[in-house]
Amino acid sequence: MGLKLEKIKMLIKESIPDAEIDIQDLAGDENHYSATIKSKVFNGKSKIEQHKIVYKSLKGKMGNELHALALNTIER
Amino acid sequence: MNENIKNKIDTIVRDADVCLFMKGTPDVPQCGFSLAVSNVLKHLEVNFKGINVLEDPDIRNGIKEYSDWPTIPQLYVKGEFIGGCDIIKEMFEKGDLQNKLKEQKIIYKEKQ
Repeated sequence: MGLKLEKIKMLIKESIPDAEIDIQDLAGDENHYSATIKSKVFNGKSKIEQHKIVYKSLKGKMGNELHALALNTIER
Repeated sequence: MNENIKNKIDTIVRDADVCLFMKGTPDVPQCGFSLAVSNVLKHLEVNFKGINVLEDPDIRNGIKEYSDWPTIPQLYVKGEFIGGCDIIKEMFEKGDLQNKLKEQKIIYKEKQ
């Protein structure tokens, strides 16, 4: 189990092309990440909606292959 | 989603003003994220019901569909999904969680 950092970045970029992504593998185990994502798609949306946009970009991997992704979403 | 499971979750979130779907219990959390949210609620001295999803696979999977949210923990106030760990921590730090509780007339302790 686990997901490569580059793969996560790629999936997010595919769905949110203007995303500025800063992502870190917190434990070095490809399973616990922390990401800060800046994009126009978040503008005017609630935090729940913003995080849902990111989860959707990961196509069902969140909570499955990927155990933990701490999110900080920022409007731009 | 399955009607029985939906009804079961509806009943849980209706019967307690503040519900936390979590891994483990408020006394013995089994996951750091569940621990973090549980600690925020304890810090605010909010009376909440912890639902251990590890004891019920139907709820564990069902709650993700119920809220269209892929991870646990999940916090509900008066039946409304408020967020997961990152959102709750951020709301707490900004005072938004306290405002939400105030708005919904949930008793909590204001701390400096």
